[in-house]
Amino acid sequence: MNLRPLLALSWRESRFARRRLLLFLSSITLGVAALVATQSFAANLAAGVRDQARDMMGADVSLSSNRPFGPRTERVLDSLRRARIPVARVTSFASMALAERTGGARLAQVRAVEPGYPFYGEIVTAPANRWMDLQRGRNALVDPALLIALDARVGDSLELGESTFTIIGTLEKVPGAVGIGSLFAPRVYIPARYVKETQLIRMGSRADYEAYARMPAERAERLLADRRAVLRGERVGMSTAREQQADLDRALRRLGSFLSLVGTFALLLGGIGVASAMGAYIAQKRDTVATLRCLGATAPQVIFIYLLQAGVMGLIGAALGTAIGLAVQWVLPRLLADLLPVQVDTALSLPAVLTGVGVGVWIAVAFALLPLIATRRISPLQAIRRRVEPDETRRRDPWAIGGWALLAASIVALVFLQAGEMGTGIGFTAGIAATLFALWLSAWLVTKAARRAPTGALGYPTRQGIANLHRPGNQTRVVVLALGFGVFLLAVVYLMQSNLLRPLRVDAKSQGNLLLFDVQADQEAGVRQILAGGGTEVLQRAPIIPMRIHSINGVPATTLAPGRGGDAEAADSAGGGEARRSERRDGPPGDDDAPEGWAVRREYRSTYRDTLVDSETLLRGRMWRPGAGGQAGGGPAEVSMDVSVAEDLKVDVGDQIVWDVQGVRIPTRITSIREVDWQRLEPNFFAVFPTEVLQGAPQTWVMLARAPDAPARATAQRDVVRRYSNVAVLDLTAIQAALDDVLGRVAAVIRFLAAFSVATGFIVLLGAVLSGRLQRIRESVLLRTLGATRRQIARVLLAEYLSLGLLASLAGILLAVIAGWALARWLFEVDYAVPVLPLLWLALGVTALSAAVGLLASREVFRHTPLEALREE
Amino acid sequence: MLIADDLQKTYRSGGRPLSALQNVSFRVEPGETVAIVGPSGSGKTTLLGLLAGLDRPSSGRVLLDGTDLGALSEDDRARLRREKIGFVFQSFQLIPTLTARENVSVPLDLAGDGGGAARANELLERVGLGGRGHHYPAQLSGGEQQRVALARAFIHRPSILFADEPTGNLDAATGARIIELMMELNREIGTTLVLVTHDLDLAARARRVIRLADGAVVSDEPGGAQ
Repeated sequence: MNLRPLLALSWRESRFARRRLLLFLSSITLGVAALVATQSFAANLAAGVRDQARDMMGADVSLSSNRPFGPRTERVLDSLRRARIPVARVTSFASMALAERTGGARLAQVRAVEPGYPFYGEIVTAPANRWMDLQRGRNALVDPALLIALDARVGDSLELGESTFTIIGTLEKVPGAVGIGSLFAPRVYIPARYVKETQLIRMGSRADYEAYARMPAERAERLLADRRAVLRGERVGMSTAREQQADLDRALRRLGSFLSLVGTFALLLGGIGVASAMGAYIAQKRDTVATLRCLGATAPQVIFIYLLQAGVMGLIGAALGTAIGLAVQWVLPRLLADLLPVQVDTALSLPAVLTGVGVGVWIAVAFALLPLIATRRISPLQAIRRRVEPDETRRRDPWAIGGWALLAASIVALVFLQAGEMGTGIGFTAGIAATLFALWLSAWLVTKAARRAPTGALGYPTRQGIANLHRPGNQTRVVVLALGFGVFLLAVVYLMQSNLLRPLRVDAKSQGNLLLFDVQADQEAGVRQILAGGGTEVLQRAPIIPMRIHSINGVPATTLAPGRGGDAEAADSAGGGEARRSERRDGPPGDDDAPEGWAVRREYRSTYRDTLVDSETLLRGRMWRPGAGGQAGGGPAEVSMDVSVAEDLKVDVGDQIVWDVQGVRIPTRITSIREVDWQRLEPNFFAVFPTEVLQGAPQTWVMLARAPDAPARATAQRDVVRRYSNVAVLDLTAIQAALDDVLGRVAAVIRFLAAFSVATGFIVLLGAVLSGRLQRIRESVLLRTLGATRRQIARVLLAEYLSLGLLASLAGILLAVIAGWALARWLFEVDYAVPVLPLLWLALGVTALSAAVGLLASREVFRHTPLEALREE
Repeated sequence: MLIADDLQKTYRSGGRPLSALQNVSFRVEPGETVAIVGPSGSGKTTLLGLLAGLDRPSSGRVLLDGTDLGALSEDDRARLRREKIGFVFQSFQLIPTLTARENVSVPLDLAGDGGGAARANELLERVGLGGRGHHYPAQLSGGEQQRVALARAFIHRPSILFADEPTGNLDAATGARIIELMMELNREIGTTLVLVTHDLDLAARARRVIRLADGAVVSDEPGGAQ
């Protein structure tokens, strides 16, 4: 059959409605834009990781450990050198950096590198090419952030421990480094041969030891297979650039999926908008459809005619969205640049463009199909009589069932395509489906309530406006769904950001803003004296004794958790206490009764005291009396454990643990379980011992202090470091600022994508208003014929769109508050509070915007004079 | 040839069956012109709907050139309409988004016949609207719109034309000219004409008049155009 006449008919029939149709279908535009932007970004990110994998590591193979390499590792390195494979070592440790000229002091991450490093990638410095000069003397290259913090400049002297270096430049670009990391601890590169001079690495100091080698990839893989077991025995980890790339790829793909999913839902919202607008469009085309049927059009022909219109407009909408998405693509890398370890080049990703256009058209067509299938029910009889009795036999239309099935399959396929993995996809879809259902339900409830509401006391326009929410053919549900979902996304992001940051606020009067660690026992009094002199008050101080578990209830640790290599070593948190969550990743998938491996193997940095502190709550058992708790009658000493680690170790009150404190065994019995508030930036501990038991053990001190203002913080840091170069002082306000910055950037990206959903919501609203346009004009003309003023009609419309916007935003916010609570409780495990005022502003803003959009789209209602419109009838 | 064989149509209204047509039987020979007349509510439009295959009878059969319309699916009936049936409606039923010429060519477009435009021009010329092909329905008078509808009804040379109160929305003079034109075209093309009207003057121009009352045929006799 010749399709061309039909194609032409479809195109002609869309005349006068094309702009309106385009608007309906442009609700997918922003979703496509978000999708294309995130997909291109993810593709470019993956390309960046692929291209820069070796540059990021700076070598083909790396060995790393947090203790000096053992003899077997050294033999491996010797054999490499003999085989003429270049090897370079890097030793990293934290140290206070002190600028002599300005007296500024700041905790820095020192990386002492041997000549040759890095073998790949270029470290860009300012002034240029200073990396080559690094090894020529006591030189240092530093992060620009350090210069700012120290108020220093290139050419100044920098004290690290007992040695002094000259700052010869700043680090502008270091491959593989996450830019924002410098906010937490700015980097300082020095030549490795001066490490000893600094006297910063002593017994018990924490440092990372790494060795890098350049060799062909295949050889690196072989080496890895051969030596990994040997190195593991000495707690040395080993990885190749390829492995690192694979790890990073996985992590970044997850980021990409998450961003894409947010875009996907903007698109699905747009799809709902398309379905609703097409429904309204077809309702206006009933006469035409009936005539076409009389003239011999089959049902599939009618569907084809309108589906083609939807498809073409969807294509235009999707193409427009793709263009916007490509433009937005320039924004995302800028927002995320400092959070990513690779440089992301902005390139046109053809697959992303094709996916964008394809998915956009597909979604437009899939959602448009349902209202179009309903045209099958339009009887040709309608052309000869106004009222046509509905088909009495209400059997299920297989076409409609097919349409729904197609739609459901499309949505599921799209979400899984974007989520990349089943679990995330299902979780995300279920969550969003629940949200949409709840929004739909609240809209349904409100239309019911609007019908029954006792609005008698209100003025006529308000009453009429509210009645509009439930009149036949209302679009309340679809608008609440679309707009409410956008508000929901924005509000959830805002709630998460504020709740994650709140516990970290250090501006509260009582909280400390300086954390001092590695204070030797004989330096403790001196440090306190220096702090007191500068008006800085010590809020807490605690001794730290490193130890490991020797046995639990008589079973040796080696039996409970057979060694798995160097990764069991503990890297402590900034607080000098215990790093908790980051450690859990290497927990073996053990059975439920066996203790978690990481908890058994790790190094515990424990303390001694006889009372609980503010951040602790006693859950079970009792604390020992001050001065008691030791080996009463030669029995085991008492110990108090944190509830979470006790759960991981599968121990409780009454269980016995023997600790290995630098070679000395200390048997203990658990007499209490504490809950510790780990969110506070304070020294916290998994295990607390009675004073009597650990007093004599070799120990360092950690102190939490509060300086009254910024100059006092700077003075305290400088003075402590000048006197005791080994003591590290962490400025918590700087950490807080860095966290603010990180979360702020992540939130900005999500908010940016959520804004697409909100904007889609407004387009859906606009489409809903326009599709009911004719009916509105008729009504308003009738009202005006009966004596209503323009003002009264405007007030009817205002009441309607205000209540619609308010309803949508309140429903969205209410659900966001619930979802936020769930996320805070189960995912982030933080206390939850709702910042009422900002959410109120959000609701008001959205409500005002809805009223504005609604009135703007209705302005045609006022343009018609009653006579003119009646004549058109 | 069109045969109505014991047609019944029952609607359900407020849960109770409501009979719209009962025991209607007649046959219309090729080339015949038949007027179906009766007061409002007598079942004229219902009968027209059944005869043209727009609806199915509750019982009985409609045979068009030997094909039982009731045995066909809605889409097959649509195909049959496309081939054999023409329509003229009281309210013209032109598609507002199409020009006069495009409206006329719709039946051929639906059949996949690419020659619609040329044939539409010929017919528009024939109904005296040669220069108005590019105008939209809203730009045409009622009489002009009905002439466009006539051109559309004949474009595919239907074997039978159904006209539903074709002058109902027109003034007397215009209505008379439209009827004249319809009769002429009918003769030229040799189409069978079934006309539903309550205008007795118009009915008198048919060769045969079937009267309906309360859903039943009360008389079937020759009209004035013998």
